[in-house]
Amino acid sequence: MATTVAAAPTHAEHAKSGLWSWVTTVDHKRIAILYFFTALGFFFLGGFEALLIRLQLAHAGAHVVTAQQYNALFTMHATTMIFLALMPMSVAFFNYIIPLQLGARDVAFPRLNAFSYWVFLFGGIFMNISFLMNAAPDGGWYGYATLTGKAFSPTHSIDFWAVGLQILGIASLAGAFNFITTIINLRAPGLGFMRLPVFTWMTLVTSFLIILAFPVITVALIELMFDRLSPVPTNFFNVAKGGDPLLWQHLFWVFGHPEVYILILPAMGIISEVLPTFSGKPLFGYAFVVYSGMFIGFMGWGVWSHHMFTVGLGPLGDTFFSLATMLIAIPTGVKIFNWIGTMWGGAIRLTTSMWFAIGFISMFIIGGLSGIMHSSPPADTQQNDTYFVVAHIHYVLFGGTMLGLIAGIYYWFPKVTGRFMSEKLGKWHFWSTIISMNLTFFPMHFSGLLGMPRRVYTYQKGMGFELYNQMSTAGALLLAVSLLIFLHNLTRSIRKGDPAPANPWNGATLEWATATSPPPEFNFQKIPTVKSLDPLWHQEGPKGHKIDVGGTDGRGIHMPNPSYWPMFTALGMTVMMAGLIFGFGLGIPGGLLFVYSFYRWALEPAS
Amino acid sequence: MSEAIAAAAGSPPVVHDDHHYTSTGQNSRKVLFWTFIGSECMFFGSLIATYLIYRGRDKVGPHPHEILNIPLTSVSAFVLLMSSLTMVLALAAIQRGNMGKTRLWLAATATLGMMFVGFQIYEFNHFVHEGLTLSTNLFGSTFYVLTGFHGTHVLVGVIWLWTLFFLTFTKRIGPGNDLDVEICGLYWHFVDVVWIAIFTLIYLLQ
Repeated sequence: MATTVAAAPTHAEHAKSGLWSWVTTVDHKRIAILYFFTALGFFFLGGFEALLIRLQLAHAGAHVVTAQQYNALFTMHATTMIFLALMPMSVAFFNYIIPLQLGARDVAFPRLNAFSYWVFLFGGIFMNISFLMNAAPDGGWYGYATLTGKAFSPTHSIDFWAVGLQILGIASLAGAFNFITTIINLRAPGLGFMRLPVFTWMTLVTSFLIILAFPVITVALIELMFDRLSPVPTNFFNVAKGGDPLLWQHLFWVFGHPEVYILILPAMGIISEVLPTFSGKPLFGYAFVVYSGMFIGFMGWGVWSHHMFTVGLGPLGDTFFSLATMLIAIPTGVKIFNWIGTMWGGAIRLTTSMWFAIGFISMFIIGGLSGIMHSSPPADTQQNDTYFVVAHIHYVLFGGTMLGLIAGIYYWFPKVTGRFMSEKLGKWHFWSTIISMNLTFFPMHFSGLLGMPRRVYTYQKGMGFELYNQMSTAGALLLAVSLLIFLHNLTRSIRKGDPAPANPWNGATLEWATATSPPPEFNFQKIPTVKSLDPLWHQEGPKGHKIDVGGTDGRGIHMPNPSYWPMFTALGMTVMMAGLIFGFGLGIPGGLLFVYSFYRWALEPAS
Repeated sequence: MSEAIAAAAGSPPVVHDDHHYTSTGQNSRKVLFWTFIGSECMFFGSLIATYLIYRGRDKVGPHPHEILNIPLTSVSAFVLLMSSLTMVLALAAIQRGNMGKTRLWLAATATLGMMFVGFQIYEFNHFVHEGLTLSTNLFGSTFYVLTGFHGTHVLVGVIWLWTLFFLTFTKRIGPGNDLDVEICGLYWHFVDVVWIAIFTLIYLLQ
């Protein structure tokens, strides 16, 4: 990923090659690349776990894995995909694109940004070390009490899960604080809130959801850890002493439902950039899309108990959460109509990125419709804990989030690397993905409605599940092939793709205004002034305003120094938190490294 | 690399952050800190919600009314409230460039914070002797974890205050660095406000 910026060494230039330069980097663009490849690695790991699950379910009564291994596989598949693949993949885009869309030279806190990445990496490694210690988390990604209590989960499996999620939560929180501050405070002159690109807006909403939702699961996990790890155990979820397992469900889903929007809003932001660019016209109803995103973020706090209809909340609770859930479909529908309105009558260019954006809309509609079915408590009672729900969440998270992220990869790849991805391989990637994901997930609607329970490692012959499961398994294998096509396209295009100019797609937003692709380290030699929404499309004519970002000469631009203290702080914190499970032997050295590195970081000059 | 850091460490204190252009005119560290406080509200909110949901559902004692000592805790609450006053005085002192007074009030705030933590250690110790542990009942679990996390926040604040105090003897904190004291103050006042909520909900409204 060597970049080619100004030849003359200037103050703004830092070492760009070698492992150490990646360890110490505080450049948002390089941190984004670290996030991207780490998340991609975890995505393939989570995908491998999914394949094992699908192989196990290919036949009735199969023995590819044991029941215990199956529990670990579905737990780690979900945990990995949500916390280690999709969220950090979104954060990779936040990192690369947000400062560029704002016309800023970096995020507000470059070292905090590096810290977020290293915490995420170490947290992900920590979570997966559990496999090597034969204690992989096996209580589901939702970790319901009382299954997670010592009585039913005596090994360290749940401890790895709880401590791992705490570590990852710190990474998400630190990142979200940083992006809120960056978006509020580092907008280029004239870039008012109602001129922000929709992707930036959705990042802001997502970051607010993160800072408000993650503390709730932090507290739930603290209570679980006190129950499990304290020498004098607490009774939070100990039924014998009056503890209430429902408290866990409430705390988990007060976090868990906003988490769903944390996963989908960034992808909605991405396709709100892709669709206008490739339709050659501005986003239809910009303000409506922005306010709908805010409304979704707000309403996301009032629907958590629709995950709990079967616990018996009573008619009042069920009615409230059912209506709130139906209500949230309205702003979502508004967005879909606005995206279609954007394409309507546009000069559409069917690039791979555009195909994936259209794929997002189509697949997300399917996932959204089954979501509306769940909003009805009687229907949900039948669908709960069946493959119907598995179908729903995969249409939303794969058909939605993942397709949106892939649209973003094809869209911004030329900006990040200075090269195009292959459109030919891209079309193969798109069609194989769409066909295989529908082959995998659509039959799950049927197996689910027939009553096939999720999270059970096998099923009996003659229940009518065989055909649907074989279709799903065949689809999953094909999906793996489509991902290999993508991986091939990615690695090939990084080395040999056609060279891309600064604004290859005629995009409207400031990331396309940088002098080169990839942008120079300092992004903009001159910070641009913005006079309108979609500034790059309003440069001509009597009312036009030319966006001037200067050239590639970074002389005199003061950039933050590289630092290894964020990495060591993250390492110390991870080891210290591992000490919660393995005792003072890890806790004390980790704590000392954490405190020492933290002070060195705090006292080191920022730039 | 290490040379670059060493060279940078030798240079005079860098306070670029304070002079950077921002869209709102507010310093970015301050904006970040407000978002952090918003997040902390949800953290303490969840702990307090747990306490309230489990209130009165204990199967065995000691129950809150049998064990909580309101007069004693009123004194420690008063100590913590006074520390907010000294914190304000520390900020006012550094804004006027008076480093002597800044040190005095930082040390006073930290000392009052330590007194509060001391009261809490005494209280916890006393309750354990009365038969209330983390394991005894739901009250024990929710009370110790909620007030314990608040006490930990106070302790972190105390370490922060002493750090600032010692840095006033170096070049890092001097006249013009009032933002460092102001942000610490934001944290300190927030922890203080949380205690008002906890004190009211646990002690006064049994």
